[in-house]
Amino acid sequence: MLNAIFMPEIFMMLTVLILFFMTLGHFKTGTIQAVSLLLAAVTLAVTLASSGAHGLMFFDAYQVDALSQLFKVVIVLGLFLVFFLGTGLTGIEEKLHTEYNMFLTISAMGLMFLSSSVELLTILLSLEISSYALYVVIPFRRGQGRIHVEAGIKYILFGAASTGLTLYGMSYIFGLAHTTYLSELRDIMPGLVATQPLAVMAIILVMTAFFYKLAMFPMHFWTPDVYQGAANETSSFVATLPKVAAVLLLLRFVAVAGFDISKVTWVLATIAVLSMTLGNLSALVQTDLKRLLAYSSIAHAGYVMLGILTADEMGMAAAVFYVIGYLLMNLGVFYVIYNISPQGENVTFEDLKGLSRRSPLLAMTLLVSAFGMAGIPPTIGFIGKFMLFTGALHEGFYALVIIAVMNAAVAAFYYLKMARAAYCAADSEQSAIVLPFGAKLMGVFFILAIILIGALPQGLLATAKAAVATLL
Amino acid sequence: MENYLILNTLNYPILSTLLILPVVGAIVAMFLRGDTVLKYWSFAVTVVTALVSLPLWSSFDQSTAKYQFVELRHWFPALHLDFVLGVDGISVLLVLLTTLVMPLCILCSWTYIKTRWKEFVIVTLLMETAMLGVFVSMNTVLFYIFWEGMLVPMYLIIAIWGGARKDYASIKFFLYTFAGSIFLLVAIIAMYIKTGTFFIPELMDYSFSFTFQVWIFLACAIGFAIKMPMFPFHTWLPAAHVEAPVAGSVILASILLKMGGYGFLRFCLPMAPAATVYFVPLLLVMSLISIVVGGYLALGQTDIKKLIAYSSVGHMGFVTLGIFLLNDAGIKGAMLQMLNHGVTTGALFILIGIIYERTHSREIADNSKLGMFMPIYVTFLGLFSLSSLAFPGTNSFVSEFLVLYGAFDKYPLVGAVSILGAILAAAYMLRLLQKMIWDDSDGHAHHDHDDHGDGKGHKLFDCNAREFIQLAFLTVFVFWIGLHPTPILDIMDSSVAHLLHQIDVGSVVPTEAVHHGESHALLNNAGAWIKNLF
Repeated sequence: MLNAIFMPEIFMMLTVLILFFMTLGHFKTGTIQAVSLLLAAVTLAVTLASSGAHGLMFFDAYQVDALSQLFKVVIVLGLFLVFFLGTGLTGIEEKLHTEYNMFLTISAMGLMFLSSSVELLTILLSLEISSYALYVVIPFRRGQGRIHVEAGIKYILFGAASTGLTLYGMSYIFGLAHTTYLSELRDIMPGLVATQPLAVMAIILVMTAFFYKLAMFPMHFWTPDVYQGAANETSSFVATLPKVAAVLLLLRFVAVAGFDISKVTWVLATIAVLSMTLGNLSALVQTDLKRLLAYSSIAHAGYVMLGILTADEMGMAAAVFYVIGYLLMNLGVFYVIYNISPQGENVTFEDLKGLSRRSPLLAMTLLVSAFGMAGIPPTIGFIGKFMLFTGALHEGFYALVIIAVMNAAVAAFYYLKMARAAYCAADSEQSAIVLPFGAKLMGVFFILAIILIGALPQGLLATAKAAVATLL
Repeated sequence: MENYLILNTLNYPILSTLLILPVVGAIVAMFLRGDTVLKYWSFAVTVVTALVSLPLWSSFDQSTAKYQFVELRHWFPALHLDFVLGVDGISVLLVLLTTLVMPLCILCSWTYIKTRWKEFVIVTLLMETAMLGVFVSMNTVLFYIFWEGMLVPMYLIIAIWGGARKDYASIKFFLYTFAGSIFLLVAIIAMYIKTGTFFIPELMDYSFSFTFQVWIFLACAIGFAIKMPMFPFHTWLPAAHVEAPVAGSVILASILLKMGGYGFLRFCLPMAPAATVYFVPLLLVMSLISIVVGGYLALGQTDIKKLIAYSSVGHMGFVTLGIFLLNDAGIKGAMLQMLNHGVTTGALFILIGIIYERTHSREIADNSKLGMFMPIYVTFLGLFSLSSLAFPGTNSFVSEFLVLYGAFDKYPLVGAVSILGAILAAAYMLRLLQKMIWDDSDGHAHHDHDDHGDGKGHKLFDCNAREFIQLAFLTVFVFWIGLHPTPILDIMDSSVAHLLHQIDVGSVVPTEAVHHGESHALLNNAGAWIKNLF
């Protein structure tokens, strides 16, 4: 029984082990990628097969439920897509290719643990497993000066600081409630939050590490520099998977704080507003595509928070739906970035010019992803925003929704700028980009996924609703 | 739900066929090669779509205000969101206008568009689906999806095939309309949370409190006023019109601008009737300013396209004026004006496209004295210009007459001011005609067009058969509506009566304590506020 519910994690560990043994020998990049992809695919299949599992393990510190299984599927799918889109690993030092894949897998494994952790120390451990692997991986970049070292250091310092704050908050929670189990905290915390300001502070402090992962104000400072400094493949991982897990943990903590969380809500609402406004306004003036995505991710963190802070079924399901959509759309843009920079260099708006001539498929993927992130129907991004706004209005957050809506209008400008750059003529003649068959398949996959889930959202939304029902 | 609709009695789902045909056409176009093949293919698709839409005219039941040809499918059960399509007397004519104008958009691009025909065909066909979707959606979310979805193809049409300042114009178009309509989304969700439904007829029957209505009205009206465009929000239109390729201008003028008016009729009036009555003074004043300022600005333009664009602002001012008169003649006149503007201004933009292909200039001064070289062209130009200035016997005369009749009936002063707009229209159109047909001042572009040396390479050749067909097709409507508008007015009759009934019933605020005297005081305040403003 234990094995059955722990199967996805076991397969993930096996993947890590196999990759570890591969680091001992010398393999061609193609072989490494083929093995990684195959293993990720097998793990994905196993995770999907065990998506109905539920149970408690390891002295009740590890809970397998619909919510955690949904997120595990998304995390493994994300890992698979990251491996797939960076097929050649062109931005990574050649001799480090196997290690690179191994560390990414370890990080994803940590995130999988994280999605099932329901005890404070287990949460911290899982978080650290995933973070440490990423600390190692970020400076793995080839031939771009020393920019990646700066990125690595920033990521570590901010990560360490935010983990410290989280641990500090956990100490308060333990001091107040005398337990570290979320299931027990659920009964105690709401009363404490209502009476003790310290409890509010403790909850917010505990959330800090996840604000950091999600690039949410005020823990967002690392985002632009790390995105810019890390290799394109690495950025695509950092930009998506940890954020998915962070949303899950924020949902768990909001559920712990209780559903009448008006005191916590005010803090979260302020953070959400600042995050989206600051992110969008800063994104307007960026020329480096990855920096732009970084600021846009800060803004998206604000939108997701809109769903999290409602703390009801609709809003939380919307947040889950939104972050899954965000993963797809963001990976869509990173797929384009990866494919137009053969040497793994950063991409600016100048490089996008004439893309529709050089590769219609890439331009189309960029267009669909950008419009999706802007929230234009019929994309997954529109349904996500629509559900978030519905959830927030349902709970009476009118001002918050109005601010979010105005932000969406501002954000449309820079997403449009991306699409426009791809479709305007280049100043000089550039060579066509020839995509291998796998990359073409991937582009079609992103376009179809973003549009089809947007047009027929029922299935995913029902899954999200069933998943958050375990929190209520 | 059955109280509101009549299920489709034709033996095929006509509305979803209309929506799917262009999409299928676009998908097939992805696999076609060669510009000529693509041209004929897209033309065939749009013509077939137009033919399929004709039963909407012939089988339409004029005796009822209910929605007809309704199709109902479950789509998003978690939110009680169904996929409902239907048309009534207000939307059916706009659907027909769309399907009939689209083939012309392909024809007028035949030689005008020189690059990327495949993309052009795909984008144009998707545009057709989105526009039709706006008019046939009976559910607010579906409406919004098509409404926003339309922005993308239109943006691409301007951004890819546009003129020199296409970047500026396309972004301005997109941001303006996006910023306006995103508030519409908030209104849609807010209404859903109040009522638990997205179904438009049910929302119309729900009596919201007055304060709520005011917010709903404002949130919707900003989006629609921008789309229209009404006076303070009109600045995107000249830019978009001038830079768009000819097909883009025709789509913009003939169909897109109608959506603002349609939105007012479908959302603001029936869903927020009390707020509508409250805001009538403001919107009438804005309409009057649109009419006068649009006409006045048109008077000073040297670019033909800009001139027509500003004239559109004036013409659409008549539409909002008619709508917010809230009487039978006004609303019918407004709806007819929308159709007429679609026909006439569409034709004028086609005419500008024709001359631009020959002289590569849109300046009036570069296109003068055409009467000498292009007799057929100037005949059409004269005809549509007269139609544009509402000459008796042409289509616009009927609609402007109805609006003016409605205005004088209710507020004589408003009627008197809008007459000024009609005079301005005569002034700028006749000036344009005179300059383009006869003017003999120097500096004409076509003077240097005889430089082929062999004496017969004159570029100012007259309309060819393709151009003639487009213009002749639209001419039919100019005279049909001008001389015998009854069948068209009959189609809208029941729906307009129903709409007026809804406003009469709904404008008596049911729940919240706005007493009669108080609401008058509010109205007077609004009047005073407007007076202070200007």
